[in-house]
Amino acid sequence: MSETQPPILSLRNVGKTFEMQGRRIEALHDASLDVARGEFVCLIGASGCGKSTLLRIVAGFESASTGEALMWGRPIKGPDPSRGMVFQDYGLFPWLTVRDNIGFGPASRGRPSREIKQTVDHFVDLVGLGKFADVYPHQLSGGMKQRVAIARVLANEAEVVLMDEPFGALDAMTRERLQDELLELWERTKLTVLFVTHSIEEAIVLSKRVIVMSAGPGRIDNDIEIGLPRPRDVSGAEFNDLRRSLSAKLHSHHGKVAA
Amino acid sequence: MAFEGARLRAPALALLLPALLLIGWHLATAGRAYSLIPPPYQVALAFYDLAVGGIRNDFFSGTLLTHTIASVSRVYGGFFLAVLVALPLGLMIGRITVVREMFDPILQIMRPIPVTAWLPLAMIIFGIGPTSAIFLVFLGAFYPILINTVFGVRSVEPRLFEAASMLGCTQSAQFTKVVLPAALPAIFTGLRLGLGFAWMIIVIGEMTGVPTGLGAIIMEARQLSRTEIVICGMIAIGVAGFISDRIILMIGRKLLSWSPNHV
Repeated sequence: MSETQPPILSLRNVGKTFEMQGRRIEALHDASLDVARGEFVCLIGASGCGKSTLLRIVAGFESASTGEALMWGRPIKGPDPSRGMVFQDYGLFPWLTVRDNIGFGPASRGRPSREIKQTVDHFVDLVGLGKFADVYPHQLSGGMKQRVAIARVLANEAEVVLMDEPFGALDAMTRERLQDELLELWERTKLTVLFVTHSIEEAIVLSKRVIVMSAGPGRIDNDIEIGLPRPRDVSGAEFNDLRRSLSAKLHSHHGKVAA
Repeated sequence: MAFEGARLRAPALALLLPALLLIGWHLATAGRAYSLIPPPYQVALAFYDLAVGGIRNDFFSGTLLTHTIASVSRVYGGFFLAVLVALPLGLMIGRITVVREMFDPILQIMRPIPVTAWLPLAMIIFGIGPTSAIFLVFLGAFYPILINTVFGVRSVEPRLFEAASMLGCTQSAQFTKVVLPAALPAIFTGLRLGLGFAWMIIVIGEMTGVPTGLGAIIMEARQLSRTEIVICGMIAIGVAGFISDRIILMIGRKLLSWSPNHV
């Protein structure tokens, strides 16, 4: 049975060309990728490698110029609650409290208000923001804002969580804590996560698979399984070996671009 | 002591200039036989007479409330009419390209025409009476509300539309769920400016020959050389406009408590 089920996400020869002031820029070239349900996949690469473009195509914010992006075998036609996005700049609604931000999705989809309240209460607690439930986003720290952004996607029953450098704007300690919390959530909920980062360490700490991309035009170069047991020891020898080899892969492509 | 001093500082500073003005006014006008501008105490007496009567018992005595109510109803009539038209139009101009392309050129050409220039036309179209006044107030309040609404809509972060649509909010629902609340700070700036303009225009609006209104008594008193009544009318408009502004500011503070950069 499971062989016949299509992967939750599938990109087939996806390319994206932008038109900018009369010039055509190929942001992504012939990218193919399958993601199985429950996988945690990181996309890593230098700026301009098309990792964010790829994520935005999966989200449905951009359409592919060539090839196709599929979810459960069906073409992605636009944004959909089944694919929730967590932005680096949070994208919270400043006029809504934490509670109403988390309830925005269910309310938009016309859920009954009792159900919304239960869902919201659950996810407010899940991300540890009980004390801040009735506070507006501008009163929160960056880490708390990102917790709200994650909770609002989960409260909306997203099957796939797309994260575009979500912890990039946070300080190191907050980032580590949120990484741990995210992994815990992932293990508990069996979500599928597609996570864009430019930090090699973050990619190794989090992923089951790391997709290495390079620029000029943006493309997928390597697809590496991370077999390290969890929780992963950042200072362990194996971790360092992986870090070194990933770094070498990233930099070899950098060289090509520069040349 | 220091605390009390600090608390009294702001009102003391605010009263300093009016006090100096009053003293200067008094010194320049009191006791002169041929002053065209009456001294402050005469204006104060006239104001009392205008408000409750019992001093001169003439044409103006005890009519302040009537005139104020007339002006307030025209100001708010024209203002709410402007809100009713400018707000939805601004939301659509800001968000829908076709609407913008259709309305923007004509509105940009009409906008520099001063409200005073509309006065003759307004009197022809709406006749002599309160309708002309309401129309002129409408015109005065319309553009600040429209322009600020369009600006507010245009400056909504695109990210918020992406967030809303990935959460399942449809394009049409985003008008009320995203565009309106996100543009609200700018819209409120427009409402405040618009209401301010409405109070400025009311004097011109009531030059159209209406018998009541603060603008009307100013014109009437000018023709009768009752300068003290002119000044009373000016003070009444100032106070009414100020109270109007405070009310809208209070509503704004309540509705925009989420915004970190709104006062």
